Amino acid sequence: MKIVTLSKSNLLPFLEASRSFGELHAPLKRGEKSCAFAQVEDVADIQVGCLRTILPPKKYFMPPEQTMFAFSTDGYAPVNEEAGKRYVLFGLHPCDIHGIKILDLVFSGAYTDPYYFERRKHVAIIGLDCIPDQLCFCNSMGTYFTEDGFDLFLSDIGDRYMVMVGTSLGDDMINASHHLFGEVDERAKEEFKRRSNARREHFAVEVETWGLPEIFDLEYESRLWKEAGEKCLSCGACSMVCPTCYCYDVLDLLELNAQQGVRKRRWDSCLFKDYALVAGGHNFRKERSSRVKNRFFHKQRGFVAEYGRPACTGCGRCIEACPADINIIELITKLRSEAHV
Amino acid sequence: MSDHLPKDNPYQPHLARIVRILPQIPDHRLFQLRFEDDEVARNFKHRPGQFVELSVLGTGEAPISISSSPTRPGVLELCVRKVGRVTEALFRLPVDSLIGIRGPYGNGYPVQEMEGHNLLLVAGGLGMAPLRSLLWYAMDNRSKFQDIILMYGARVPGDMLFKYELLGLLDQPDITCLLTVDRDDTGRWPAHIGVVPKLFDKVTLDPKTTIAAVCGPPVMYKFVLQKLLERNFSKDHILMSLERKMKCGVGKCGHCAIGYKYTCLDGPIFTYWDVINLPEVV
Repeated sequence: MKIVTLSKSNLLPFLEASRSFGELHAPLKRGEKSCAFAQVEDVADIQVGCLRTILPPKKYFMPPEQTMFAFSTDGYAPVNEEAGKRYVLFGLHPCDIHGIKILDLVFSGAYTDPYYFERRKHVAIIGLDCIPDQLCFCNSMGTYFTEDGFDLFLSDIGDRYMVMVGTSLGDDMINASHHLFGEVDERAKEEFKRRSNARREHFAVEVETWGLPEIFDLEYESRLWKEAGEKCLSCGACSMVCPTCYCYDVLDLLELNAQQGVRKRRWDSCLFKDYALVAGGHNFRKERSSRVKNRFFHKQRGFVAEYGRPACTGCGRCIEACPADINIIELITKLRSEAHV
Repeated sequence: MSDHLPKDNPYQPHLARIVRILPQIPDHRLFQLRFEDDEVARNFKHRPGQFVELSVLGTGEAPISISSSPTRPGVLELCVRKVGRVTEALFRLPVDSLIGIRGPYGNGYPVQEMEGHNLLLVAGGLGMAPLRSLLWYAMDNRSKFQDIILMYGARVPGDMLFKYELLGLLDQPDITCLLTVDRDDTGRWPAHIGVVPKLFDKVTLDPKTTIAAVCGPPVMYKFVLQKLLERNFSKDHILMSLERKMKCGVGKCGHCAIGYKYTCLDGPIFTYWDVINLPEVV
């Protein structure tokens, strides 16, 4: 992989220059402690130190609401609201990049989702490393580092960034501002290795994931699910903020003339009561506890069977967003200990 | 509108015209459909047991299993029960109306693997809709299968789907057709009376050479499975069709997930072995 360095004072000029590759979006301040990915007016507003944005970057690839088709009596014609629009996304941490890699898996395969990939191929991703807080468990989920899934990835090495060039597009972005970048010297190498090792020590929690699918099977009837169901408000916040939750609902909106309209899809959540309701009125997951269980089961058990890895990046957003204090780290830890009783 | 999206958009419904509506029993109709585009019609190839997503303009989509056999192409037949928003809208449409169809989706019955075996088809109620596709497939490829046995039950004769075409099979030599009703108030019912599992007393089955395809309401499954297991059927030789809310049909929207399988991609046909390992199946 091609690797260069970028001095910290050159970061904002580089991001300013990157606008020629697309509309620049990065974490911007929202509330006292919160940040959100949004369009950058002034690069000085970018919250370079932001750890966890409210929503993950999935909103750029599968927007909360999206028109799929326009329909009329002539039939259905696909609509792509932002065809060809280019973005440069800055400040994605490794867990968020892994989140996108997981969505890539879901939306590819035998039936490729054209809406997702139309957006995906027009977004340049500039990753940035981070120091975890007490809710991060990416070290446990194997999403602490990433070797791909980005065009450029910046790692803090003191007064500079080590810049990994992941794609040809990333290389073009560097070349367009080549005067801002430097060579990798011995001091940079040593500092990169030292900081890589040091970052591990910042993790406050560790979740043992070995054998977790089997434990989920063994503890399918655990009282812990009932307890979580009693706390859960079915608000779906955990799904909305999750970088890997991809479920959506489809609805047709008809215009008043009843001759034409649009088919839309929008984010859905398996925590919602009507999620597993079928025509005729049968609900496969009427109980809240079965819905909570289904969500975690699918992420840590079902997805592993289907795609060979859990659909969780350890980003901690679901813990932060849950108004009922349901905590996946706590749940997994308790399930594990129950399994050993 | 955009030309940026590939033509093979898996979510794209194709226009199909309702060419005939055959009322079956109350709230059940057989819709005969023909694709408007000849190329789409030519390229539409399905396996028995697969389903399509049916769109009614402005109302939405619903998954419907295919009732016609691929051996009889040209017209696509869907047997629909009026049970939800989309199907209610469909029932308001007259012949010649245009609807949207995309698919076929799902795994369907493993017909190639079933060749050379005896076939036992067991249906209850609307379960006959997907099995009819398999039935006619097998009858049209008669030499590829050994004995074919159909067991189908309804509550009363007036509730039996495809009644006349199935009654026509009663005296056919190349199929054992066992039709039953729970009760007969007409006094003219020519076949059996009693629940479907009772039909097992009428036949001898060799579990080693027979594959059973079962489709019906949960209560029927319970007793039919018991009969099959009593006769030492391997769980791999029992095929079940599971219904779930298959919204996208292509494994993306998440609605039809059961445990670690997607009904739309991994099903809707599952072996009994698959099913007993899936949580929350019914």
